[in-house]
Amino acid sequence: MRHRVADKKLGRTYEHKKALLSNMAISLFRHERIETTLAKAKLLRVKAERMITWAKRGGLANIRLLEGALLHNKDTVGKLVKVIAPRYKDRQGGYTRIMKLRNRKGDNALIAIIELVDRVKKEKKVKKEGKEAVAEVKDAKKTEVTKK
Amino acid sequence: MANPKRRFSAARRDTRRSQWKLKAPGLSICPQCKQHKLPHRVCENCGYYGKKEVVEV
Ligand SMILES: [Zn+2]
Repeated sequence: MRHRVADKKLGRTYEHKKALLSNMAISLFRHERIETTLAKAKLLRVKAERMITWAKRGGLANIRLLEGALLHNKDTVGKLVKVIAPRYKDRQGGYTRIMKLRNRKGDNALIAIIELVDRVKKEKKVKKEGKEAVAEVKDAKKTEVTKK
Repeated sequence: MANPKRRFSAARRDTRRSQWKLKAPGLSICPQCKQHKLPHRVCENCGYYGKKEVVEV
């Protein structure tokens, strides 16, 4: 009977899966949005949301739990506690969002985006129009020439 | 060893295989660019999911 075993194995040993999810959690907190397979995204969601809850609670014990879960990556733990956790002060769970993208070429795996909700978006490069753009290209060429 | 008792005619084989059909995927229309897309997926044409832009195309 395979009752009450909801956890997916991902075709890896327990240790391998644990390391994979830790690595992915670090990437998620660092970049705020990552692209992966749907199965991995769904497992990561569980781990990442629990980590954000630890970060929101704070205190030495929770920080140590986080350090263990994030491979003692101090930068990521710091960002999680100082930047990400305060952002979700008034949110009761549901810190991440998963969106299905497409099937991957090669193995046809369904690829999804997992991101932190309310993430800080990177500023888009706005296309400059007309003279401004031309002037900029010229400037760029000049700098190239000077560099040479 | 167990073996078929009778020859299996090509007609029987082909009758069975006549039921092998491809199904057209159920498609929905992107509210942003009005193109066909798979439901519950980010639109591959315009990168929108619902009302929000999610990916650059
Ligand atoms: Zn679209």
